[in-house]
Amino acid sequence: MSNELEFLSRRVASGKLSRRDFLGRAAALGITAPFANALLSSAARAAGPVKGGTLKAGLVGGESTNSLDPALMMTQVPFAFGKMWGEMIVELSPEGKLENRIAEEIGASADAKTWTLKIRDGVEFHNGKTVTAEDVAATLERHSDEKSKSGALGYMKGIQTIKASGKEVVLTLKEANADLPYLLSDYHLIVQPNGGKDKADAGISAGPYKVTTNEPGVRHGGERFANYWQGDKMGHADQIEIIVINDATARTAALQGGQVNMINRVEPKIVDLIKRLPGVTIRNHAGPGHYVFIAHCNTAPFDNADLRMALKLAIDREEMLDKILRGYGSLGNDFPINASYPLFTEIEQRKYDPDKAKFHFKKSGHDGSVLLRTSDVAFPGAVDAAQLYQQSAAKAGITLEIKREPGDGYWSEVWNKQPFCASYWGGRSTQDQMYSTAYLSTADWNDTRFMRPDFDKMVLAARAELDDTKRKAMYHDMGMLVRDEGGLILPMFNQFIDATGAKVDGWVDDPHQELMNGYALAKCWLQA
Amino acid sequence: MSSPILKLIAQRIALGIVLLLAVSVLIFAGTQILPGDVAQAILGQSATPESLANLREQLGLNQPAYIRYFHWLGGVLTGDLGTAMSSGQDIATSIKGRLGNTLFLAFWAAIVAVPLAIILGLIAVRYRNGWVDKLISGLALASTSFPEFFIGYVLVYFFAVKWQIFPGISTVYDGMPFLERMQAIALPATALTLVVLAHMMRMTRAAILNVMQSAYVETAELKGLSAFNVIRKHAFPNAIAPIINVVMLNLAYLIVGVVVVEVIFVYPGMGQYLVDHVTKRDVPVVQAVGLIFAAVYISLNIIADIAAIVANPRLRHPK
Repeated sequence: MSNELEFLSRRVASGKLSRRDFLGRAAALGITAPFANALLSSAARAAGPVKGGTLKAGLVGGESTNSLDPALMMTQVPFAFGKMWGEMIVELSPEGKLENRIAEEIGASADAKTWTLKIRDGVEFHNGKTVTAEDVAATLERHSDEKSKSGALGYMKGIQTIKASGKEVVLTLKEANADLPYLLSDYHLIVQPNGGKDKADAGISAGPYKVTTNEPGVRHGGERFANYWQGDKMGHADQIEIIVINDATARTAALQGGQVNMINRVEPKIVDLIKRLPGVTIRNHAGPGHYVFIAHCNTAPFDNADLRMALKLAIDREEMLDKILRGYGSLGNDFPINASYPLFTEIEQRKYDPDKAKFHFKKSGHDGSVLLRTSDVAFPGAVDAAQLYQQSAAKAGITLEIKREPGDGYWSEVWNKQPFCASYWGGRSTQDQMYSTAYLSTADWNDTRFMRPDFDKMVLAARAELDDTKRKAMYHDMGMLVRDEGGLILPMFNQFIDATGAKVDGWVDDPHQELMNGYALAKCWLQA
Repeated sequence: MSSPILKLIAQRIALGIVLLLAVSVLIFAGTQILPGDVAQAILGQSATPESLANLREQLGLNQPAYIRYFHWLGGVLTGDLGTAMSSGQDIATSIKGRLGNTLFLAFWAAIVAVPLAIILGLIAVRYRNGWVDKLISGLALASTSFPEFFIGYVLVYFFAVKWQIFPGISTVYDGMPFLERMQAIALPATALTLVVLAHMMRMTRAAILNVMQSAYVETAELKGLSAFNVIRKHAFPNAIAPIINVVMLNLAYLIVGVVVVEVIFVYPGMGQYLVDHVTKRDVPVVQAVGLIFAAVYISLNIIADIAAIVANPRLRHPK
């Protein structure tokens, strides 16, 4: 890094140079925007956070049906608000490492079947009670109960026993899982007094903010929790507020009019317009989320491997990335993993090849059209994407018939039911989690009906393997299998695109979720 | 007040109640034919078969429909709207705040829109076919022809983003100071006013013009009354029934039809509340809100009827 850049970034941090000018100079020096931004945030961090003020976010993804019960959190607003008042057992750092929070230490037995969590001393709940091992154990019990409605139940089912003794919680698993600590970073697993068994939606945990306002679908507010155990790292603003703004135009206008300091889900098609607004910074970064077309491997005509291959070759990924995501994403390669996963390995990129697609289509013996269902809710731009797909497939002699389904009931009536449709995945924190959620034969959400005993065995073996080099090789093979034999057609990984207003500082890109993995309000501050 | 009027009013109210009951059956039946069910909708894409089965049982979705209907109706009659399936909140409590917000917004929009529409209508009639009339009609038609979201966005663009006079998002909350609240609703109330203004104004104009062709108006004119007095004393009172009708219709719209405006301005009213719950198949809430909306329509129509009867003696003696 040149000394000049470092000097400039310090000037920005101390308010002597505008961010915009800095980016301009950085570009002149041949520095890419993401790198320059990273440089800026580190300079800003070095300058130190400013305490005080009210940080406001205008977010899509809140409804009047939301609840403070962490088990029921599904959409973006409860997720982001949960990170404000909730404290986790462990968390993923922006670099993808595990960061211990309420657990001070996590140890595993050699067979990765027994796990011991050592609970940190002196962490306090908002009601003044100290967090104990019993609270953590009760939280895990509540989310792993068969009767639970928890969004984390899928992974938590793998826990056989949970025991709290003294300062430790000991978990034994039904099957070995080297990734358990990653699973514990699931955003549903907010530690609550007595695990939330008394009153799940009380909104009490040990996070940086205390809940002051909870009007689902309207707004949520919190004030800084004075006894937060990490007060130097989080909770810089005195107050935080989330205003639910589901309408994209209203959200942008609110940021522009200065009514909120940050927004989520900027639509790719307007990013370039928003970039021109004074004071507004686009915060886009890659993540594990992807947009897909899924074909059921066990349903005619998609039970034919040649037909699936033809469909995979007949999609023009570059065009789709360009036109649907306007470049705010990366090319997909028909397996659900990209570089945001810790143990990712490159696999040769599949390209649009109408001739080869034609060949495989002929070989499959299928004639006539192929019915593809799509809807606006499948992913932003899903209807347009289906039409692009139709055109590129037509050049390969494959007729795609597009059926546009209503958004209402799409997830219950079409997705995971109809044999070929558009959908999206938010991604998971580890490959194991992603594959076990959607590609194991027994997975509830096996939406491509990918049922391969050999693949299942590989997943289980990789789970028990503690040597990263070996695991990497195993995941490479699993990726190849899904890519070449599976029913997943994955044209692109989408980016998270957030935006912040003029005075927001301390932003750090985090690949795991939007809004700095939900921590934007807690970790950012308002410039003095 | 003579008894025939009271009898008529009683009849109308009784009819309204019967109508409301019929609507309640329709609403209930309607919510049954939505695709998917509430459990599936709550859990969304992340539903697993076990969690679905658990939730269905917990919500009592396994009972037959007619039992659930009477159960619900009994609750409504005793003021108990039940609890929202998706969030477990008491519906009556949640609706109270939302309905209050909606009525607040509708009230201020109406306070501006109704007198303005009627006055503009009167002026248009007074200068009928002149340039004033054409200007008023033209502007009103233009504002009503633009979709609500367009008017909303234009207002936001100028008043919130460009000049930053009023907030572009109108989140109101309990305990908000009155002036702040008024400032918050300035833009949505303006948008609503523009949306309903033209309809009322044009109906006022048409109704009065219709009366203006009657013989007694001609007599009044021949008596030498000024044009304005003819309208005020002879035409307007006789045109009041259709005017009240259209005003009531628009008031009802201000309460039940403002979903788009609420979404654009992020106003926490009934429309937004209903939409959220429809997408979750939260049947008890959808039913409760539907019933309230129906009650609003029916009672405003009854009021319009009664006002028309009071205003026009001929209607008191139906043939």
